[in-house]
Amino acid sequence: MWRVEVEKIDNVEGESIKKDILDLGIKVDKVEVINVYLLFGEISQKEVQKIAEELLTDKVWETYKINQKSKIKNQKLHIVEIAYNPGVMDPTEASAIKGIRDLGIKEVTSVKTAKKYLITDSISDRELELVANKLLFNPTVQHIVKPDARLPASPASPMSQGGPKLQRGEPSVGQEEVLPKTPAGYFNLVYIDLLDVGDKELLAISKNNQLGLNLTELKRIQQYFKNLNRNPTDIELETIAQTWSEHCVHKTFKSRIKFGGKFIEPLFSTIKKVTSELNLPFCVSVFKDNAGIVKFTNGYNICFKVETHNHPSALEPYGGAGTGIGGVIRDTLGAGLGAKPILNTDVFCFGPPDYQAKKLPKGTLHPKRVMKGVVAGVRDYGNKLGIPTANGAVLFDERYVGNPVVYCGNVGLIPKDKCGEEIVPGDLVVLIGGRTGRDGIHGVTFASGELTAKSEAISSGAVQIGNPIMEKKVIDVLIQARDKGLYRAITDCGGGGLSSAVGELASSCGAIVDLEKVPLKYKGLSYCEIWISEAQERMIIFVPPRKLNQLLKLCSSEDLPATVIGKLTNDKKLRLKYHDKKVGELDMEFLHQGVPLKTKIASWKKPHFKEPDFPEPSDLTPYLLKILSSLNVCSKEWVIRQYDHEVQGGSVIKPLVGANGPGDACVARPLLDSNYGIVVGCGINPRYGEIDPYWMAGSAIDEALRNVVAVGADPKRVAILDNFSWGNPDNEERLGELVRAVQGCYMAAKAYGTPFISGKDSLNNEYRVGNKTISIPPTLLISAIGIIEDVNKSISSDLKSPGDLIYIIGKTYNELGGSHYYYVQGYKGNDVPEIRTKNSLIFKSLHKAIKAGLIRACHDCSEGGIGVACAEMCFAGEIGMQISLSNVPQAARQLTGEPRLRRGEKIKRNDKLLFSESNTRFIVEVSRENQAKFEKLMSGDFAKLGVTDESDELKIFGLNGNFILKAKIRELKEAWQKPLKLI
Amino acid sequence: MKSKIRALVLRTAGTNCDVETVFALELVGFKVGLVHINQLKSLAPYDIFVIPGGFTYGDDIAAGKILANELKFRLKDEIRKFVESGKLVIGICNGFQVLAKLGLLPSGKISEQTVTLTNNLSGKFQCEWVKLKVDSQKCIFTKGLDEFELPIAHAEGRFVAKPRIIKELQVNNQIVLRYSGYNPNGSIDDIAGICDPSGRIFGLMPHPERFIFKTQHPRWSSAKQEPLGLLIFKNAINYFKKSPTFG
Repeated sequence: MWRVEVEKIDNVEGESIKKDILDLGIKVDKVEVINVYLLFGEISQKEVQKIAEELLTDKVWETYKINQKSKIKNQKLHIVEIAYNPGVMDPTEASAIKGIRDLGIKEVTSVKTAKKYLITDSISDRELELVANKLLFNPTVQHIVKPDARLPASPASPMSQGGPKLQRGEPSVGQEEVLPKTPAGYFNLVYIDLLDVGDKELLAISKNNQLGLNLTELKRIQQYFKNLNRNPTDIELETIAQTWSEHCVHKTFKSRIKFGGKFIEPLFSTIKKVTSELNLPFCVSVFKDNAGIVKFTNGYNICFKVETHNHPSALEPYGGAGTGIGGVIRDTLGAGLGAKPILNTDVFCFGPPDYQAKKLPKGTLHPKRVMKGVVAGVRDYGNKLGIPTANGAVLFDERYVGNPVVYCGNVGLIPKDKCGEEIVPGDLVVLIGGRTGRDGIHGVTFASGELTAKSEAISSGAVQIGNPIMEKKVIDVLIQARDKGLYRAITDCGGGGLSSAVGELASSCGAIVDLEKVPLKYKGLSYCEIWISEAQERMIIFVPPRKLNQLLKLCSSEDLPATVIGKLTNDKKLRLKYHDKKVGELDMEFLHQGVPLKTKIASWKKPHFKEPDFPEPSDLTPYLLKILSSLNVCSKEWVIRQYDHEVQGGSVIKPLVGANGPGDACVARPLLDSNYGIVVGCGINPRYGEIDPYWMAGSAIDEALRNVVAVGADPKRVAILDNFSWGNPDNEERLGELVRAVQGCYMAAKAYGTPFISGKDSLNNEYRVGNKTISIPPTLLISAIGIIEDVNKSISSDLKSPGDLIYIIGKTYNELGGSHYYYVQGYKGNDVPEIRTKNSLIFKSLHKAIKAGLIRACHDCSEGGIGVACAEMCFAGEIGMQISLSNVPQAARQLTGEPRLRRGEKIKRNDKLLFSESNTRFIVEVSRENQAKFEKLMSGDFAKLGVTDESDELKIFGLNGNFILKAKIRELKEAWQKPLKLI
Repeated sequence: MKSKIRALVLRTAGTNCDVETVFALELVGFKVGLVHINQLKSLAPYDIFVIPGGFTYGDDIAAGKILANELKFRLKDEIRKFVESGKLVIGICNGFQVLAKLGLLPSGKISEQTVTLTNNLSGKFQCEWVKLKVDSQKCIFTKGLDEFELPIAHAEGRFVAKPRIIKELQVNNQIVLRYSGYNPNGSIDDIAGICDPSGRIFGLMPHPERFIFKTQHPRWSSAKQEPLGLLIFKNAINYFKKSPTFG
């Protein structure tokens, strides 16, 4: 083995790590970063030199060393070397081997990489250990290479307690055996003794094998095998556990629920009912494929899917989030006969980045590290695939500290005639893409349970590092294969691996799979591991035998692995073999229809929070600045600019508009020769959910619709997705909140005519610390996708010129419960914003005005109400504005449910009027020449608030005509940009 | 009438700006072949060789390095003949990184590498629109352009070289494009793009193919925008239209 170290002339990476170390409260003189390549195989010194010089080193800016120790000049130099754990994907390996073969050197058998950090300062071992553990590596996927050559090179076992111990000194040449050492594979068919055991043993079987099955399910399985008069094999049990996991079958959403003493229909039925009752012709495929599909142009449809990847991101933020976006991209690639991914969307919920390190629960990573890792993971994966990330949101709350929420979404473009699949017995099951390893074993059962301090140890196999270039190759080739008609059905290998992919796609006919045919990353996997591995970047297609040669030829022309692993049958059985020996046989019907659903109990009681009682401040300027600087409202430019949102050349409305102000939704032109655009936006507000999940759902739908309509989408052609991240559904109250939210979804989506086309729920987002369970707040994300017929008519939120008129559209109510005005003062309140079903008319008339070309800028009112919306429009356009609140259309809230004190009254306070977060409101800019046309065209509630001007200020007059707010635009923008600028 | 002027857009694993680059070339009148490197046998049928943006081979080891080696070892003679026959080469973003690592820029020949594009000083990937200034009339791709804007999207875009090389580039008017007012990545001398001594080989970090419609500009709805990225491709086809061989 040869060791090549490559170092840059300057030290940009080291400087940035030095800054991160300072964040930990440790000051060091210098950090240097060295890339280490370990080359294995029979190669000569001369060849290594050639590899180092012509491939590994950029001669202009880098230097290299072969098999040389770093000089330890003084006692202050500390060396930490980090390598990937055995079995973890090292994405550089394949590229490096290719590069070496191109040099004409064929004897290199494997390449491993590591990073060496040279830290100079007199810091203690404890401090060094802290730096390594907090910043340099994550034991879930990496380990510290031991410095002593004589020690066996056993990487940190994930099961070991505490972090690996650091040792001073230099790793010597030849000892870094980071090659996966897997036991030689041998065949041993394992039966699980299930037939004659009692309840206690059944539960123990589930627990010991990490199956995540409950007693009812275990008994149902026992019964099935009793009828067959035999015990199950391990692979059969694993297949059932995977198919029946919450993650795959969504038991909670399909179960009968008793809510408030009455039986209600399953939650999934309630959501689907919206779509079937609305019965809109633009919905092509809903709730049955990997993604929802709606109509777009004459030739194309679009599909949309949003997924969660919360638990993997909690343990390994970079890999977890990267594989999250990689997974959802495969969802659209697996929709219909395969859609081309054209846009990503990402919504994250983290703990506060300034969270006190000592308060951190055991086993959790600091929110700042989670945030940086998640953003980097999505960035590296999305950017490398060449898919613009153009929409998203980032929220912060203390309850996300132990359990962040990571939503990744993808939009795909698919020809109209490629939206249907055909399942034909006799077709071949072909596996495309990456090799299979021990990655992600038990990912779905892990995702379906709660996190504990031990999760990191037990579930390390569930977390992976992705290889985006493999996925890019898969996309490039599959789109060609699709257009040539080389396969008849497709799905992704996601949660549950082959078990889920083949099991589900072949459920209507049956299949036989030869597991030994699956290409492996390394030897030693058992047949069962092969079947349930969640190794990334793999797809399953069903290929007619006469098309096989053409398909294999196409794949090999772009160096993409493709392997026949089985065949579709018509016996409705799933049959698994390993080297011709039968290892599993299950009835598809039992597998897919057999899961016993429990009746669940839910209850909900409206909580009552302390109602704030404070006098009205006379100057609201400091409050506006405070809201603009709150983490949920402030600029997310730090995140946005790390994503390529321009690639594919279709961007029309970007995530930041004008002078880097916030956009409402993104507009993209996916077909460069057409003016048709897609519009993507989202709505999310967990703060409302604490008060009432019903209105949180209504508000999220309203917000998502507001965002897409504000930039020009036609409200009659908007489809939505629901993504629930929730606590434990076995807890009556948690489930009660979920029921309320689903009922709110039904009400609002029905009223606004926005069908649900796809969705996903992620439950058990709880974190246990000792005996205490912390649940995340109810977090519902609504994602909206709309269409604009001519992208040249899209509207951005930045003000366009001085001297124009400013209007408000929609009524303001006394609705500050959960508002940011209350939040920055430490209150919650109770009057959460509601939605009014007749407001669908507001969306329609605004859209008419946009289509008629009467609107120059438009921004919706959300967190921070009128105040924040106007401020953002000013600094995005770098144009001043003066408005008065006296004309703001108002109404009293209707008395619904239990009477409350302030209901039935209009707002008499300027602060509440300015910062109320009532739904369905927009601020628009209209030129004077269009005033009459605009006023004539608008129906319902709207009013002129003021004008844009040549000044550099936002000025707001109150109900009595006095100044209540006056601020320089620059000052507003600084307040908004400051908080996340220096992360 | 079908164009006779042919463009080759090269793609491989990780190329990702190919579709919009093909579109821009077709828009100005090229007949475009989008070819995977495994299928590329000869450059002779083409008039312009385009290496588009992306992350070829994942940017593993160093951006553009593996593709540069592949071209060097497989197509060295083809490239030499192509360049010598007076044809055009453009590398955009990852393509520029490839041309630099091939040595084709700045020397015009496959040769020892003398310039490179390394990590942005920010240490991060950056996607933003930047102001650019054309500072040399040498390059055929930038004729008629003065100050204009294009988006950048890269993590390794900082142009560096030894002072002697930078001096040579300055003296020979090979520094075609500079960042104007704001240098996003710390490039020496604000360098955003350079050409070879003939002006026919051009490499740049910003993406001209991402500004071929007015609606791509971040402020298109508040001020009139000429999509000036397109002009770079127009200049390329005009070069052939004016040349006697193409008529």
